[in-house]
Amino acid sequence: MKTLPDKNGHFDIFGGRYAAETLMPALLELEDAYDKVRKDKSFIREFDWYRREYAGRPTPLYYARRLTSVLGGAKIYLKREDLNHTGSHKINNTLGQALLARRMGKKKVIAETGAGQHGVATATVAALFGMECKIFMGEEDIRRQAPNVFRMKILGAEVVPVKSGTATLKDAMNEAMRYWVGSVRDTFYIIGTTAGPHPYPMMVRNFQSVIGLEIKKQIKKMEGGNPDVLIACVGGGSNAMGAFYAFRNEKKVTMFGVEAAGRGMNTTEHSASINGGKVGVLHGNKTYLLQDDHGQVRDAYSIAAGLDYPGVGPEHAYFAATKRATYVTVTDDEAVEAFSFLSRQEGIIPALESAHAIAYAMKIAPAMKKNKTMVICLSGRGDKDAQTIIETM
Amino acid sequence: MGRIGDKFESLRAKNEKALIVYLTAGDPSLAVTKELIFELEKAGVDILEIGVPFSDPTADGPVIQAASQRALKTGTTLASVLKMVADIRLSSQIPIVLFGYFNPIFAYGVEKFARTASEAGVDGVLVVDLPPEEARELRVYSDAAGLDFISLVAPTSGKDRMKTILKTATGFLYYVSITGVTGTAAPKVEDVAREVGKIRKLTKMPIAVGFGISNAKQAKAIGAVADGIVIGSAVVKLIDENRNNSELVKVISNYTREIKEALR
Ligand SMILES: Cc1ncc(COP(=O)(O)O)c(C=O)c1O
Repeated sequence: MKTLPDKNGHFDIFGGRYAAETLMPALLELEDAYDKVRKDKSFIREFDWYRREYAGRPTPLYYARRLTSVLGGAKIYLKREDLNHTGSHKINNTLGQALLARRMGKKKVIAETGAGQHGVATATVAALFGMECKIFMGEEDIRRQAPNVFRMKILGAEVVPVKSGTATLKDAMNEAMRYWVGSVRDTFYIIGTTAGPHPYPMMVRNFQSVIGLEIKKQIKKMEGGNPDVLIACVGGGSNAMGAFYAFRNEKKVTMFGVEAAGRGMNTTEHSASINGGKVGVLHGNKTYLLQDDHGQVRDAYSIAAGLDYPGVGPEHAYFAATKRATYVTVTDDEAVEAFSFLSRQEGIIPALESAHAIAYAMKIAPAMKKNKTMVICLSGRGDKDAQTIIETM
Repeated sequence: MGRIGDKFESLRAKNEKALIVYLTAGDPSLAVTKELIFELEKAGVDILEIGVPFSDPTADGPVIQAASQRALKTGTTLASVLKMVADIRLSSQIPIVLFGYFNPIFAYGVEKFARTASEAGVDGVLVVDLPPEEARELRVYSDAAGLDFISLVAPTSGKDRMKTILKTATGFLYYVSITGVTGTAAPKVEDVAREVGKIRKLTKMPIAVGFGISNAKQAKAIGAVADGIVIGSAVVKLIDENRNNSELVKVISNYTREIKEALR
């Protein structure tokens, strides 16, 4: 595959920089600043140090013996992103962006959050580097992810409730962008996924690509080669792209991105933008979008707050269009079942987002041969979802 | 030259500044928007910006966000806005700029949009989230259809950025007077004067200033340094406050008349 995006942030027809003029100078400045640190040895060393000493990388690639034997097919490994400091893969990205913000002399950071994992990971690095921090979060998500709201506040961040729309991730991102338009001179916007205007999708991908690079090394040692199948859940797509990217040129590795089918693909209550959307423009990039015939963005829905978003990162749109990865869907009910299943079988409580990846693995692993290997990106831990699960019982 | 260029030229000859008014189409209904347009023309409004509502207006403050939501609830679509413009054109020559976000245009089809808009009598388009870097996909068609492409310059745009924008801007240049979303602060006249001065050195194109102007006094002060001013959120707010007032149209036209007086 060619190296993408191009210099204007396009992944073929996807991506780009569909942003208001007030933000354009900031985006160009960010692109420049990021371009410099990418190749800067001292930045790379610093980033590595924090990932290792602070976040706890590398995360284990765990052979799930019980899961494998109960499902009776492929050999299943879990990439334990839930063991990162703060409990998800989000810290990989926030450390990178906060270090960059520090080099750019920005002392204030803002972020949007859905599940609250990115909010917590941002509040954490803001505390670590002594930055002022505001997190935009939909009121519905504040309700269903209460433990993470407390964590952000304990860490010293201000949580700004967002009431518009369905009061979920899309609306939080709208409000964060509006706030950024007014504060762009001294504020760094830490976007939490591989979406937004260029250079965010590329930059977040690169910061998250450590996941796949580690998987590659670890599985080589344990199995002597690449995995046959890689599975990750897709909200905006950062844990999935982080896991996939190192394997993009390895044609024998089959990759599945799992979208949230919510109450079912035959309803309008889902978040599967690739499987149920059309190409459009939102939040600075062109990608698959849930929308009506008039180009109005539809409200997304998923039991997993972190997947409850009507768009998807543009590079996933590109992977889908070029068939480099296959995008599938899993319903709320299937995800809840997988949540309990993994908890009981392995003593690992997954985030509801990650449970979507587990659920898809449960569908395909039994039919795979025993000598095949599968890696599931376990993007986060599920403590935050206890309340939601209790409500479903 | 089209209606927009002609308008600025005739105003210049009279030593007047342009009053540009923004309305969210379909708030409170397309019928009222149409009525407002005819009355505003009589009240001396020079150019109209017709906002095409979008579900996620990330460059707009609370007032226009709420208006967009109301307009969408009444079923307003890009197609119905274009039809309204075509109706207006049967009896009015007021220059009309469509203001909005790219996705509704993209969903409608860029080529069909450019053709239909031009046939309906639209004079220009201002697409907030389509900077010069991304504008090509629309402009291949909109330039060919004779639509002006109104571009924004922000307080954060430095000189190089201004040059990039000016290279392809047509119609008039829209200077965003605050670092923020629409209607959330009052512009500082000295800052606007300084920035407009910088743009003047780079272009002969008319310059309009907007985002946050709400009264005749501000209009006069900013009109003194620009070729026109845009009133948006203030009018939209007034429309909302008078939604149940049978004199709604009169209230709005009186308000704009007073502002136009300050620009003569
Ligand atoms: C644990 C976890 N996994 C996945 C996601 C989805 O985001 P992405 O698709 O960017 O990995 C989130 C988002 O909040 C999350 O918290």
